[in-house]
Amino acid sequence: MHSVIRPEEKLLIKEFQARDKVHLEMVDDRKLIYNLGKDKFDYDVVLERCINHSRALHALRLFESAGLKCVNSSQVAAICGDKILTSIHLQERGVPQPEVRIAFTEESTLQAIEEMGYPVVLKPAVGSWGRLLSKVNDRDAAETVLEHKATLGTYHHSIFYLQKYIEKHGRDIRSFVIGDQCIGAIYRTSEHWITNTARGGAAQNCPLTEELKELSVKAARAVGGGVVAIDLFETERGLLVNEVNYTMEFRNSIETTGVNIPRLIVDYVLQAAQGPGHG
Amino acid sequence: MVECPVCGGSVKLGEDTVQGELIACAECGTELEVTGVDPFTVAEAPKEEEDWGE
Repeated sequence: MHSVIRPEEKLLIKEFQARDKVHLEMVDDRKLIYNLGKDKFDYDVVLERCINHSRALHALRLFESAGLKCVNSSQVAAICGDKILTSIHLQERGVPQPEVRIAFTEESTLQAIEEMGYPVVLKPAVGSWGRLLSKVNDRDAAETVLEHKATLGTYHHSIFYLQKYIEKHGRDIRSFVIGDQCIGAIYRTSEHWITNTARGGAAQNCPLTEELKELSVKAARAVGGGVVAIDLFETERGLLVNEVNYTMEFRNSIETTGVNIPRLIVDYVLQAAQGPGHG
Repeated sequence: MVECPVCGGSVKLGEDTVQGELIACAECGTELEVTGVDPFTVAEAPKEEEDWGE
C-alpha cells in the first residue's frame, strides 16, 4: 500500500519482483474505497508504505478488520505516529528517553517549561521530518511560540509535547530494526540542531555496539515491533531514545551501512505472510 | 520523454519507471509524479501535508 512512489518504494518493488512465486499488487491509498464489513481482499500480507500518517493508520486498521496481516500493524502505526503514545510505551517498558512533559494549555505548558529549565524542545504530537519543532531557549521565546501555536495551530497543536533539549554535538543516531534484529545504523550529522536527513542532515555509518543493538530492539518491542527506525541521542548517561518511525526511509542508508535494507524488509514481510508467529 | 507541465522542458523516463513514482524535472527542478505509464504522463507531485513523514 502506497501513495507516491519514493526511492524506498521503488527499491522494495524491485526486491519483491526478484522473488519467485511472489505476486505484488500495488494498492494506491488515493484510490482505495473500503466497504466496511463486506471487504474481501485476496492478499496474504499488506506492506504499508503510505506517506500520510492519518491515512496509513486508518487504512491499516481497515485491512486488519478485513482479516489481513499488515506490516506494520495499525497498533504500531498508532503508537509511533503519536509522540505522546511513543513516550508512554517507552516509559512503561523501561526504555531510556529524554525528560518529557505534556500539557494542554498555554499556561500549564509555560509552567512545565519553567520547571524543566531551558532549553526545551516543543514538538507537535503528530508530525515528522522535523517539521514545526521549536527549540525554546528562554521565557520570551516560550511565550511567543505558545501564543503563535494557540493562534495559528489546529487543535492538535494545543497538545504540548515538551522534551528536554539534549546537546547532541551535531549528530544523532538512527538505527534500523526488523523483527528482533537491529540490522544497521547511521549517524545523522548537521550543523543545525535538527539532524533529520529530510532536512539536510548527512548520513554516515554508525558501528553497531551491543548497547545500541539492545536498546534499539527494546524500543522496537516497546512500540509493538515490526519494521521500525529508532532515533537516538548519545549522552553522558548513555543512549536515549528520541523517536520511533514506522514507515522508515532508508534511501541514504543502504550504501552507508552496507546493508541491503529492502531485501531484509521483503524477507520479513514474506515471512509474516506465512502466518502467525512469523510476523 | 514527456513535457514538464511547469516549464515545458523534456522529462526523461526510464523503462523501469512506475506509476506513482516521484521524479524531478531536470530543467526546472519541479517534483513530478508519474500519473500514467502507457503512455507516460506526469503531473506536479502533491504538496507536502502536515502528516507526511515516517
